[in-house]
Amino acid sequence: MALRKTLESICIPIAAILFGLLLFGLFCSFVGANPFAVYASIWKAAFGSWNTFQNTLIRAAPLMLSSLCTLLPARLGLVIIGNEGALVMGGLAAVSMGLALGTAVPSFWVQSFMALAGMGAGGIWIAIVGALRHYRAVNETISSLLLNYIAIAILNHLVGGPMRDPNSLNKPSTAPLAEINMLGDIPGTRVHWGLVYGLIACVIAYFLIQRTTFGFSTRAAGGNMRAARLAGLPVGKLTLTICFLAGSCAGLAGMVEIAAVQGAANESLNVGYGYGGILVAFAARQNPLAAILVSLLVGGILASGGILQRSHGLPDATVLVFEGIIFLVVLYSDSLYGRLPFFKEKPDRLPPAPQPAIPTSVTAQGS
Amino acid sequence: MTTTTAAPTATAVRRPPELEVKGMTKRFGSLVALDQVSLHLKPGTFHALLGENGAGKSTLVKCIMGFYSPDHGEIEIDGTPCTIASPRDAHHHGIGMVYQHFTSVPAMTVAENLVLSRFDGSQFLINWAKERERLDDFMQSSPFQVPLDVPIAQLAAGQKQKLEILKQLYLESKILILDEPTSVLTPDEADEILSLLQQQVKAGDLSVLIITHKFREVTQFAEEVTVLRKGQLVGHGLVQDLSVADMAEMMMGERRELKVVDKVTQEDVTPVLEVHDLSANKDNGLVAVNNVSLTVNSGEIVGIAGVSGNGQKELVEVLAGQRPSTSGQIKINGERYLATRKEMFKHRVFSLPEEPLKNACIPQMSVAENMALRTFDQPPQAKGIWLILNAIRQAAKGLVQQFSVKTPSIETPVHNLSGGNVQRTVLARELSSEKINLLIAANPCFGLDFAAVEFIHAQIVEARNRGVAVLLVSEDLDELLELSDRIIVISSGQFLYESPIASADFSAISHAMAGH
Repeated sequence: MALRKTLESICIPIAAILFGLLLFGLFCSFVGANPFAVYASIWKAAFGSWNTFQNTLIRAAPLMLSSLCTLLPARLGLVIIGNEGALVMGGLAAVSMGLALGTAVPSFWVQSFMALAGMGAGGIWIAIVGALRHYRAVNETISSLLLNYIAIAILNHLVGGPMRDPNSLNKPSTAPLAEINMLGDIPGTRVHWGLVYGLIACVIAYFLIQRTTFGFSTRAAGGNMRAARLAGLPVGKLTLTICFLAGSCAGLAGMVEIAAVQGAANESLNVGYGYGGILVAFAARQNPLAAILVSLLVGGILASGGILQRSHGLPDATVLVFEGIIFLVVLYSDSLYGRLPFFKEKPDRLPPAPQPAIPTSVTAQGS
Repeated sequence: MTTTTAAPTATAVRRPPELEVKGMTKRFGSLVALDQVSLHLKPGTFHALLGENGAGKSTLVKCIMGFYSPDHGEIEIDGTPCTIASPRDAHHHGIGMVYQHFTSVPAMTVAENLVLSRFDGSQFLINWAKERERLDDFMQSSPFQVPLDVPIAQLAAGQKQKLEILKQLYLESKILILDEPTSVLTPDEADEILSLLQQQVKAGDLSVLIITHKFREVTQFAEEVTVLRKGQLVGHGLVQDLSVADMAEMMMGERRELKVVDKVTQEDVTPVLEVHDLSANKDNGLVAVNNVSLTVNSGEIVGIAGVSGNGQKELVEVLAGQRPSTSGQIKINGERYLATRKEMFKHRVFSLPEEPLKNACIPQMSVAENMALRTFDQPPQAKGIWLILNAIRQAAKGLVQQFSVKTPSIETPVHNLSGGNVQRTVLARELSSEKINLLIAANPCFGLDFAAVEFIHAQIVEARNRGVAVLLVSEDLDELLELSDRIIVISSGQFLYESPIASADFSAISHAMAGH
């Protein structure tokens, strides 16, 4: 029955991404590059070989985690874009925890506590947004956006001042984590364990939303707050919990970036995985499993930044232009659902027209 | 500018045209919504279009207004066939429609809305002095008046409805189509508006085609009636020749008397709901409910009557957990009640709010999920934190059958269902529980057809007879007088009248409703 609906939710995002590619091609030719050569380079850099695909995977990992920061609250009807801030706060908390514990305890515990610290800090950061929303009716989109700036300012202050490692000369950073406390790579690859964190988080998020009573309450409150209150659902508790979970995912992304990639907190922490996560969440239509696939795609785009610079003389920021174009097109494509006649479920609206005296009409129940 | 200046002279001359619909057929996919329906609206008559929900009334009217293009059939105006391709065409022929929902801009004043209704983009500036003069003249000559300088948001429902009609008159519509105009009005307001329109009709200035399923309105105001059932024309005639039973039979296809619901007298009554000095605010922070106290006993229906907007909505919202109270307390079974899910479950509190799609359903979620809203976190529908989807589906299948909800499947999003079936979905959820202690119902029959109303009334009385305490808030006084054991009148957030139904005095009730 829902075949056309499913087809619709697959075809529209793909078509949107293709259309975004087309627009990006126009942009490339406008700045003097051959769009087809650019497409080929992107493909090669993102998915061309196992070797380059690993670069994509490395970038997809934090995207998966940070996308959940938008995706989970969206199921409750909240539009939260504080991913970057929560990621930064998570990273800061993780690096503080890692440095504080040092090598006094086994590295497994250091990593665990770093992860918990990251999740806690990110979670609280977005829970603030939820609390402002629930108790004071502050618009969650605006407050989460503004909290991004605050988080980045805190980061810059700390790495440039109190937490600065005197040895970091041209790029202020905190002291590096001990080598032994770094997250390793998945055996046989260059991809760190953060990818597994991301995959697990997305799968958990899927089951949490679709299969648990908590998820049901969330979807109910997100779909109609008044009906949820009528059923006595604790809207405030739901808001705070979902915001905390959302923020903790982004915070974990920050921890992964620190513990697996950067090794220390510095301005590289806010390179756009937060904003990329928003794109992923929307393109995935707030479905955690789809977010995995979209993260791979966006990760691929990010991974191709270097080659565009080297082979086509395009500035590094070109990939951000590409990302932005795709984001706009995907948002636009959201307005097409239910508009295209091809995807209309034909007999769905009304029960079969009353036909006189067909004895077996009862068997048509359910499907 | 041209249209406005030419208008007044035309008004004086123009008589309502004769409208004839011949053999109209409209299909939606495989569904035949209208099958060879004809309708004859003679000039200067009050004509009722009667039928249940889904009988094709709205489809017919939308074909006349040019929203739909019919597959077959034609429309003749004053004997000449004409095509109406859009509401604009319909206006051109002097046909105007008043919709069920209000179409005025809330933040603008009555005068601005009237001018806006006529705005066609040809003027760059509005000459307010001139418009104002014209509006004053118009108000003088119109059957009822609405203050011109008041913003729409401050008008009561009755006045808004009047304004919708005035708009059509201001546009010089000579045939007025009213789509269930009284579903948002109190009986007094409805009677007032309809009788004023009736005078206009009798004076020969207007023809009215009213869509309704209230027999009272048909017998009291209409001269002619056309009855539709399942898209077909099943009856037509002068109202004076027909009895209510005749019309009901045409409408439903079987002879059925208006059923009087039997009540069982209750033994050992205990108070279930006790409200002490409760106050609550409106959305804008003004006081809506002011220090009210009431008790509802088991096996008793307490009806709350009042003109819409006198605090009954807010009172119900507080009791249902949708709005915080500002003072006072609520007790259920003697225990403090804060409308949390745990308390609702413990005390078995259920609600039938008005506008179920807005208040009690999650539109995008499926019928099955909506039916599970009260029970999804209880076994067998949940095990620990996990939902047992199969149990939810099985329960929904049973409820769909038991409450005869017409839905393509239990996975269909509930907003794809018709109004009556959305209401049934909610009824199934709220009334199927084995043990109900308290039922809070607010305008549960708002906008529903005859059969659905009867069904809901029967369900409510049946619940009462089982010993459920029922608080019934309604703007339909007939409904309250029929169902309640005790009636309370609310006005400006306070209870002004209370009486057992047997000794209730109709004039005292309407007096209290008016705030005296």
